[in-house]
Amino acid sequence: MQSKKTNRLIAHIIIYILLFFLAVIMLVPFVWMITASLKLNKDIFVIPYQWLGFTPRWENYVDIWTRIPLAKYAVNTAKLTVIVTLLQILTSSFAAYAFAKLRFKGRNLLFLAYIATIAVPWQVYMVPQFIFMRKLGLADTHLAIIILQAFSAFGVFLMRQFYEEIPDSLCEAARIDGMSEYGIYAHIMLPLSKPALSTLCIFTFVNTWNDFLGPLIYLTTDSKKTLQIGIKMFISQYSAEYGLIMAASVISLIPVLIMFMLLQQYFVAGITTGAVKG
Amino acid sequence: MRSNPEAAGTGFLNRQQKRTLVAYSFIAPNFIGFAVFTLGPIILAFIMAFNEWDGSNPMKFVGIRNFIDLFTNDRFLASLKNTVVYSLFTVPLTLVAALALAILLNQKIKGRTFFRTVTFFPYVASLVAVAAVWNMLFTPGKGGLMNQLLMNVFHAEPLKWAASPKTVMLTIILFSIWKTMGYYMVIYLAGLQGISEDLYEAAALDGANTIQKFWYITLPQLKPTTFFVSVMLTINCFKIYDIVYMLAGGSNGVVNKSAMVLVYYIYEEAFRNWKLGSASAASLVLFVIVLIITLIQFKFEKNYAND
Repeated sequence: MQSKKTNRLIAHIIIYILLFFLAVIMLVPFVWMITASLKLNKDIFVIPYQWLGFTPRWENYVDIWTRIPLAKYAVNTAKLTVIVTLLQILTSSFAAYAFAKLRFKGRNLLFLAYIATIAVPWQVYMVPQFIFMRKLGLADTHLAIIILQAFSAFGVFLMRQFYEEIPDSLCEAARIDGMSEYGIYAHIMLPLSKPALSTLCIFTFVNTWNDFLGPLIYLTTDSKKTLQIGIKMFISQYSAEYGLIMAASVISLIPVLIMFMLLQQYFVAGITTGAVKG
Repeated sequence: MRSNPEAAGTGFLNRQQKRTLVAYSFIAPNFIGFAVFTLGPIILAFIMAFNEWDGSNPMKFVGIRNFIDLFTNDRFLASLKNTVVYSLFTVPLTLVAALALAILLNQKIKGRTFFRTVTFFPYVASLVAVAAVWNMLFTPGKGGLMNQLLMNVFHAEPLKWAASPKTVMLTIILFSIWKTMGYYMVIYLAGLQGISEDLYEAAALDGANTIQKFWYITLPQLKPTTFFVSVMLTINCFKIYDIVYMLAGGSNGVVNKSAMVLVYYIYEEAFRNWKLGSASAASLVLFVIVLIITLIQFKFEKNYAND
């Protein structure tokens, strides 16, 4: 009995040592980022690194807004993210309703078209897609970025998976009461699918906010650029402005951090829906 | 009309046709966007791969010339090799790290949610921001935190990390593992929670110790999860681009041969050299690789279903 107790104690000690190292590995870059964002460039690579006890230089957070059009970038990114997320949620849930709850000619074929492209990475068709958009005169426009992100097969697939689990009898009952399909979608399915909508919402939000390659290819005018591209440009031009770079980085992380804290459970649910169902 | 659903021909359209129209109206907003901007370009990729094109002059059909050129091109072969090497290290290492983390964070411990969140956050954090920190922590000089650690704790020589062709891939691999392991951990956690408690209780009655339980219950029960994770990881590894751009790209984003990856090659051929045919041919190589991995997944999943 005694040895069992000591065994458990040892196991606990090992677990907490491992947790300590985990926390260090995961958190040090972020703590470093925040502390460095409050320092002068010359103090950042001083040995040993000062984690505490330095005078915070808040000016970095003021200066960065004037050194680059950070506000413009933030507005651009926010605008794109909100529009894409709304469009994605609306069109995906709309289409998914038909795939899950309506019977019609060509349903399986159309759904197959979605499934088949889920497996095709965007990188495979980004070049012809760009050429096509350019022919339409959409190169260097925000509309291109919106179109790029708003109609994903993933969204339709995710929403359909969720709708499939809502019993058909619910829709049938509403139909007998004379409700139209649009009414059933709006008054029955949408309110029931809040968890799935939240999942899709946070996935789309994070993807659009953090997207790099799309805006990199499409947006050439400075005033149209997004946060990610803008910050990357600043890093390339002023690679020694460590403090300002870190301040900009911290600022760009905040919206995602807030969304993540609010909707974390849905994010996890979204990942595991895909995983369990394959 | 509702009392007699088969009443056809009473109006302009019969009931079945009306239903189909309603269904199409639901699908149309998404499908039109999807068909025009995703399906169309995919088909165009296949056409472009067999043509020579700069995007403005007329296309010229060249058969499989683009593919022959690819496989005799140094930069393409280097990009293919680097992508394979990157995947060979990143897939198993991330997998093991994710599994270990899932087991650790599945224990009944204080602050479990906090540790899970902390592990997962780098996955959603913007790449530009975390890569910027990473570049400073892994700076080639002696002032960087990683080199400080190497010198003072491990008494090793400082490394040049992303600045040297010898260690650039190592830096990229370490960063990838750090950024994505939390995501795969979440999948493993779901897998662990799916294992029946009864199995462990039965094993405990038979006197199995912790290691035996892990080896004879946990690991075999997680086989489908492990398979899913390795497929996802491999596909994602082959799509790698932006991490390389951030860590190994110079100030103008140009990546040299030691860190060239497949998608970077496609990007460069298309948007720097405007050789769209050649870029599309390289895209198809990527497509075929991902397709093979996906087909293997389907085949194995069928096997699981038959078990």
